[in-house]
Amino acid sequence: MEPITGAEILVRCLKEEGVEYLFGYPGGAVLHIYDALYNQDEVKHVLVRHEQAAVHAAEGYARASGKIGVVLVTSGPGVTNAVTGIADAYMDSIPLVVFSGQVPTALIGNDAFQEVDAVGITRPCVKHNFLVRDIKNLAETIKKAFYIASTGRPGPVLIDLPKDITIAKAEFHYPKKIKLRSYNPTVKGHAGQIRKAVDLILSAKRPMIYTGGGVILSEGSTELVELTQLLSYPITNTLMGLGAYPATDKQFVGMLGMHGTYEANMAMHNCDVLIAIGARFDDRVTGKIDKFCPTARIVHVDIDPSSISKNVKVDIPIVGSVPNVLRAMINVIRDEKLRPDAEALARWWRQIDEWRAMKSLSYRPSDEVIKPQYVIEKLYRVTEGKAIITSDVGQHQMWAAQYYHFDRPRQWINSGGLGTMGFGLPAAMGAKLAFPDQDVACVTGDGSIQMMLQELATMKQYHTPVKIVNLNNGYLGMVRQWQEFFYQKRYCMTYFESLPDFVMLAEAYGHVGMRIEKPGEVEGALREAFAMKDRTVFLDFLTDQTENVFPMIPSGGGQNEMLLAERDEMVSTHDEGMVLL
Amino acid sequence: MNNDRHLISILMENEAGALSRVANLFSARGYNIESLTVAPTDDPTLSRLTLVTCGNEQIIEQIIKQLNKLIDVVKLIDLSETDAIERELMLVKTKASGEQRAEMMRLAEIFGGRILDVTEATYTIELTGAGNKLDNFLRAVEKDAILEVVRSGATGIARGQKALRA
Ligand SMILES: Cc1cc2nc3c(=O)[nH]c(=O)nc-3n(C[C@H](O)[C@H](O)[C@H](O)COP(=O)(O)OP(=O)(O)OC[C@H]3O[C@@H](n4cnc5c(N)ncnc54)[C@H](O)[C@@H]3O)c2cc1C
Ligand SMILES: Cc1ncc(C[n+]2csc(CCOP(=O)(O)OP(=O)(O)O)c2C)c(N)n1
Ligand SMILES: [Mg+2]
Repeated sequence: MEPITGAEILVRCLKEEGVEYLFGYPGGAVLHIYDALYNQDEVKHVLVRHEQAAVHAAEGYARASGKIGVVLVTSGPGVTNAVTGIADAYMDSIPLVVFSGQVPTALIGNDAFQEVDAVGITRPCVKHNFLVRDIKNLAETIKKAFYIASTGRPGPVLIDLPKDITIAKAEFHYPKKIKLRSYNPTVKGHAGQIRKAVDLILSAKRPMIYTGGGVILSEGSTELVELTQLLSYPITNTLMGLGAYPATDKQFVGMLGMHGTYEANMAMHNCDVLIAIGARFDDRVTGKIDKFCPTARIVHVDIDPSSISKNVKVDIPIVGSVPNVLRAMINVIRDEKLRPDAEALARWWRQIDEWRAMKSLSYRPSDEVIKPQYVIEKLYRVTEGKAIITSDVGQHQMWAAQYYHFDRPRQWINSGGLGTMGFGLPAAMGAKLAFPDQDVACVTGDGSIQMMLQELATMKQYHTPVKIVNLNNGYLGMVRQWQEFFYQKRYCMTYFESLPDFVMLAEAYGHVGMRIEKPGEVEGALREAFAMKDRTVFLDFLTDQTENVFPMIPSGGGQNEMLLAERDEMVSTHDEGMVLL
Repeated sequence: MNNDRHLISILMENEAGALSRVANLFSARGYNIESLTVAPTDDPTLSRLTLVTCGNEQIIEQIIKQLNKLIDVVKLIDLSETDAIERELMLVKTKASGEQRAEMMRLAEIFGGRILDVTEATYTIELTGAGNKLDNFLRAVEKDAILEVVRSGATGIARGQKALRA
């Protein structure tokens, strides 16, 4: 076999892995790799306008498709710009392989031009990383990276490539399989634990199913729906888990947590058995830990043992992958013809329906000013609930989560763990590349959109027509809301005295811009925008500047201490809660 | 909350960066490390790292899970949970002149130490043992007689037939 360069080996590996898109940005340290990309068209390179966007776009692609997102950046500023995206993928367990250029091996440690310790900088926010020091290890390292990124609890893996490694030559052998003695995720749940869990689950009088991003990451939605319907138990999803169970089904009680529904949080607080599946008991969900599910015994299914009993001590831990474990539970229940306590369950549902009747997501409609919730309701209507929705971070994100009812997994794409403003637009581009025939909308805010605005140019270049739904309130609304509630309305640095003309801006980038100022125009504008199948349309909705996200559990509160819209004039927080985010 | 001391011994890939991953984990998650020792094993592809940490049951459980989650970690054992031998090496330079000389020699003997180097005014003593034995020696020696102390940090191995291997 003819020896080929490291750069060529890299491209061959990408082909072996079936990589469709590579999101990247060139520079000195990766020139050889770009040269190797020049003479081929199997791996399509998307030239973003900022490395952070390359990572978010790869995340959008990965989150929408379930495949691995792949990124290529240069050394130094290239990789530091990518760090935010890498941390974002890490927090939400998104499988990525990121290649970063590095100065030649001989110069490492010399403060060479555009040198940073990429492996050191990214270590705390990757699942694993590698520095390739020998061309002979290159192909195997890449194989390992793809394997580690996508198995177990997924996450980003970075490979740092010194320039001389991309130039050196070696024969190309791509290992078919890889085995790591130090990495062997448990996929199958322990039969004894599953049996114990089933017994506890069926003994429940007030059961609650709480599921998260793990169901989506593991493609476990089918099993989740089957089990939930077999049991007729109420189910809630975290922000990351939306879509794993159809939101329009009657057993779904809405999202839980800080901005979850009244019925979801009250059912959590009062349940006697909690069945947690692929969720990590995040502080946005638990509220104050001592007040979390005070009467519940807890079953927790998770592939990562360190997610179990990290924040909340559980009674029956099951380490394994969601579809496997749920299938095993379903089998036990069916084989033994087990039945839940129908009478207790009926009582429990009556209680939940009472909580539901509080209509915690109601808001005061207006003919004068556009309510942001109303825009999302219309977006849902116009897209018939079928669009892929990406989101930025802020109030608009919560409204999208609350008012767009996601019926299928991977339909809702947002930054939950890191909460990265700027995520939405590049993620929409990535999702659109994965599913060119589906409608993709990016719900964003006037603050967030300005963080990755430059990607409008990339979207033009690669023809990724998405609809940008900007809920423009002139404020960093989510922060303003906290200042209103907890800092006596001292609105320090949350008002934008200057905002660009988004319509002109969209047009400057070659897209369509629309400004919508009256509630009566909302639906028409959305219809018009979605009718333009092959255009990116920037819809700038001027919305109520004073609207707040409800319900809300103030930091330090318990799940039953929710503030509901218009009902709780007096907003207070626990002193100890003030230190929390 | 009991803050028990734990001796955790880790078998990991002998690769650049593996040690930083462990150290990083402790600082990033706010766990404390009292001591840490590391060296390659008979199998040069593996290193053995032993560390002493403390925390309540829940924290130790998380530490062990987080360590196991590191890709470079092959296996680990919490030696405090089994019957184990713990050893640490200490080198101490002490004053040793006049009457002190005989007294110092006697103390070293009692603690099973060896005098490795002698000058007119000093002894350099080697001691091994569990950490608390070394502490006791230092306590027994007059404070201003101690010139320098070097400790390796604890390492350990389980008793019996059990062996930690890849
Ligand atoms: C402004 C803002 C407000 C927010 N408000 C809320 C809120 O009100 N409510 C809310 O819920 N969140 C909210 N969040 C999101 C929150 O910060 C967390 O990101 C989220 O709650 C975590 O979701 P999760 O528990 O599903 O975990 P994820 O981060 O999705 O983690 C997935 C879990 O599944 C496990 N897993 C992965 N693969 C598998 C597998 N194959 N099998 C089994 N398990 C697997 C992982 O180990 C992990 O434990 C908010 C975020 C922002 C930015
Ligand atoms: C990169 C980044 N910086 C700061 C924050 C803190 N933050 C969270 S929400 C928010 C306001 C977002 O404003 P906007 O995008 O206009 O959304 P709105 O809340 O007004 O809907 C800020 C500043 C963040 N999440 N991400
Ligand atoms: Mg705003």
